[in-house]
Amino acid sequence: MATVELRFSALPEHVRTARLVAAAVARRAGVDEAVLDEVRLAVGEACSRAVGLHQISGVTAPVKVALIEEEKQFSIEVGDEAPHAAPGGDTPGVQDGDADVEEDEMGLAVISGLVDDVEVTTGQNGGLIRMTWPTAPPAAALA
Amino acid sequence: MDLSLSTRTVGDRTVVEVGGEIDVYTAPKLREQLVELVNDGNFHLVVDMEGVDFLDSTGLGVLVGGLKRVRAHEGSLRLVCNQERILKIFRITGLTKVFPIHTTVEEAVAATD
Repeated sequence: MATVELRFSALPEHVRTARLVAAAVARRAGVDEAVLDEVRLAVGEACSRAVGLHQISGVTAPVKVALIEEEKQFSIEVGDEAPHAAPGGDTPGVQDGDADVEEDEMGLAVISGLVDDVEVTTGQNGGLIRMTWPTAPPAAALA
Repeated sequence: MDLSLSTRTVGDRTVVEVGGEIDVYTAPKLREQLVELVNDGNFHLVVDMEGVDFLDSTGLGVLVGGLKRVRAHEGSLRLVCNQERILKIFRITGLTKVFPIHTTVEEAVAATD
């Protein structure tokens, strides 16, 4: 069950807000303090990537972030609505996007380096990055 | 927190002191600063990251871009950083092999290849 959902216009200035909210909700959900920096960075990377994809493809829809608290785990889903090319295929309108593509890949590299449990799915109607961290229930934290 | 930038000259090196958060929003300001310095003939840069609270891949991209520019003039770009959470980002991306990273500005300024 999603505990907090965010939608923001695909603008770089809102990525910081998403980071702050994600870190606050992760802390409340019981994600280890030592991991919060990683949560902040990973969600920032995912949101920056989504903002870039929306801007390149001229998508006016907002970027969506779902912060999902579950038993023993906390997940963050960052969804974009940019049309993704099939691997090896061409995406119309991004021929000049070499630098952006490199940054996109660097963002994904950082995410996969930081987060053990990450799933990236893409389709014609957009992509989704789902990242999951274990949480310590409050009772166990006290014990 | 926003990004703060200040530059000073130490011998033949230009020290860029960066503070705050380097992310997708603020990184363009750092890119502009580095481009301007190189265009003005400053080819030996030391970027002091001790005041940086947050760095993401956009920021890494700008630093790599800066390195490319100074190298085109046989220059150098050295980093000063002691913060584990920032160093970790350089490590997981393999960029510790690309940038000389020093613990103090003095050490970076004195360093030669």
